Amino acid sequence: MSAAHEKIAFLRATLAKAGPPEIRVPLGHVGADACLAGGLKKGALHEVFAIASHETAATGFTAALAARIGGPLLWIRQDYAALEHGELAATGFLELGLDPSRILLLRVPDVAGALRAASDALTCKALGTVVIEIVGAPKLLDLVAHRRLALGTAESGVTALLLRFGAEPDIGVAETRWCVRAAPSGEDEDWGRPVFDAALTRNRHGPPGQWAMEWSCDDGEFRPADPGAVVSAPADRPAQAAMAQASAA
Amino acid sequence: MRLTAVDRRAASLGLHPGLPLANARAIVPALKVMAANGPADEKLLEAVADWCDGFTPFVALDPPHGLLLDVTGAAHLLGGEEKMLERIRADLKRQGFAVTGAIAGTAMAARALAHHRDGIIVPAGADGETVAPLPVEALNLDAVTTHAFRRAGLKTIGQAASRTRAELTARFGAGMVFALDTALGRAEAPISPRLPMPAYRAERRFAEPVVVQDVLLATVKFLAGRLSKLLEERGEGARRLDAVFFRADGAIRSIAVETGAPTRDPWVIERLFREKIDALADPIDPGFGFDLIRLEAARAEPCRAEAADFSAGEKEKKEIRFLADRLAARFGSHRVLAFRPNDTHIPEAAFVAVPAQYAEPATLEWERARGKQEAPRRPLRLLSPEPVSMLRSQDQMRFRWRNALHVARKVEGPERIAMEWWHALAPDRDYFRVEDEEGRRFWLYREGAVSWFLHGVFA
Repeated sequence: MSAAHEKIAFLRATLAKAGPPEIRVPLGHVGADACLAGGLKKGALHEVFAIASHETAATGFTAALAARIGGPLLWIRQDYAALEHGELAATGFLELGLDPSRILLLRVPDVAGALRAASDALTCKALGTVVIEIVGAPKLLDLVAHRRLALGTAESGVTALLLRFGAEPDIGVAETRWCVRAAPSGEDEDWGRPVFDAALTRNRHGPPGQWAMEWSCDDGEFRPADPGAVVSAPADRPAQAAMAQASAA
Repeated sequence: MRLTAVDRRAASLGLHPGLPLANARAIVPALKVMAANGPADEKLLEAVADWCDGFTPFVALDPPHGLLLDVTGAAHLLGGEEKMLERIRADLKRQGFAVTGAIAGTAMAARALAHHRDGIIVPAGADGETVAPLPVEALNLDAVTTHAFRRAGLKTIGQAASRTRAELTARFGAGMVFALDTALGRAEAPISPRLPMPAYRAERRFAEPVVVQDVLLATVKFLAGRLSKLLEERGEGARRLDAVFFRADGAIRSIAVETGAPTRDPWVIERLFREKIDALADPIDPGFGFDLIRLEAARAEPCRAEAADFSAGEKEKKEIRFLADRLAARFGSHRVLAFRPNDTHIPEAAFVAVPAQYAEPATLEWERARGKQEAPRRPLRLLSPEPVSMLRSQDQMRFRWRNALHVARKVEGPERIAMEWWHALAPDRDYFRVEDEEGRRFWLYREGAVSWFLHGVFA
């Protein structure tokens, strides 16, 4: 009996050693980090959904997450995304505090290409983050595709950020899911720092939440937005809005 | 209109190329005529030349319907000159061509013999005596010179050669003497091959044609291993590799991959070809199989010793480069981009996205538009400027963009950006940062007094 226990304990220890250590990257925002059990999990799949007409805010939020994770960044986007939502500007990344020379941009013709490239890129351990920007809700991006991405991240330790425009959150296997919209910036003289109204609507290892987060371009971390700023409670997400108030308190 | 080519039956009826069409019709009223298509003929000749690349890298076109192959050092691969000539002639005949061919010491001698003594292989040093009995037309001189020879009573090449050089040069010019010399094997006229000879190549012939894609890739890897040794000896790595697949029925497929840095790792090379072949819009059609696969390093560059790559940063860079190569092989190098700064203050030109494979290390530094602790001054997403309708009142700014009305809560500007007068006569732009009531931050500019455009969106 005790021999069996010992064996199990030994196997557990071996397993713990074999699995990659779980790394969590603190975002800098105290409330969010508490909810996330220390920070955003590295080597996992995270989703960022843009609220309609707040696509650039979601882009900025994704870029900020990638900056927190660090390392070279591969940004995969579809050809026509630039027409609709604008071309990614290196100068814009620079202003946010990301080094544009660490960004590799891949333009793919379609979703199939994006997923294919992503699963290839997720085997490249030298990368920090792979951002997959998907417009709409293509059939190809189903549960299997999600799972494949998640598996890829777990194996290599590269973080995947799935940036979704014009899509409703549904099934998924992501570690976290964020719904992001822009929030008014602080009232000070030099207004215009990126402030996000970020709702964490799915969190596999903790409670959801919603915060107004300001991205500090110089320090490269999130912080609670200026208390003067007002976060509008979205009418379409009453339950989460209440949750946000609770967790903000 | 004149005849450019006749078939065997027409020839037996006395028709020949160069005959005016009216005369031909008079001779054979039931003549069937088809319009000549020169470009198509040329293309076909090119295709046949491609096919001949399987025998020797030195293939030169000899229009309108000749090919010159330098088989020096290549004949033994097919079991000797005789077998090689026989095989080329037989294979081309099977593809429906009428073929004549000959092998001789010089290109011109072989050319003359191919037209008049099909299938002959001249032993080394016997060019002169073999070519001598041929008619002077075999020299392929212009009609006037040939006619002049005939009038002078010099009907064969041998007779022409029997005259002293001084006489010939005085009468026909030095060019003719040179043509005569090359035909007789006294002088060497190098052929100009269509393709430059790559410095590195490896090939493998199959007795039984191969069909399976995995075998093709395994062969590519095997050849890459051989190439790698050659490259290593000279301290070089390949920047561009061509894999050429010769199908048994004569079709040829060439596939190229490029790399961002000199590469000679067979595993890497095979992986790049796998990506490329996987992503081909028109897959490789093996048909009855390939009997020759060749790998060439079309472009090679010096590459530093592998031992220098121990540091972590270097290894990371190498991995990223390999990823970029893989993605470029699959999607095309124009789709894998890296950002480089540009020395201008025009917002849309301040950076460029260049193919990562060819991107040189940046010489300029990135320059921020904002000061320390300031909010971003350049948008994250840039649009091609879209006109907006601006509704401005005393204390409020509202604008309509993409059918939505935005009410500005905060406005900052103008930031004047002058256009570069040496490029275009564009008016200067006055930029404004605008935050609307929902917190969306836009970058608008005014051109002149009334035209407003939205140029980008901030995060």
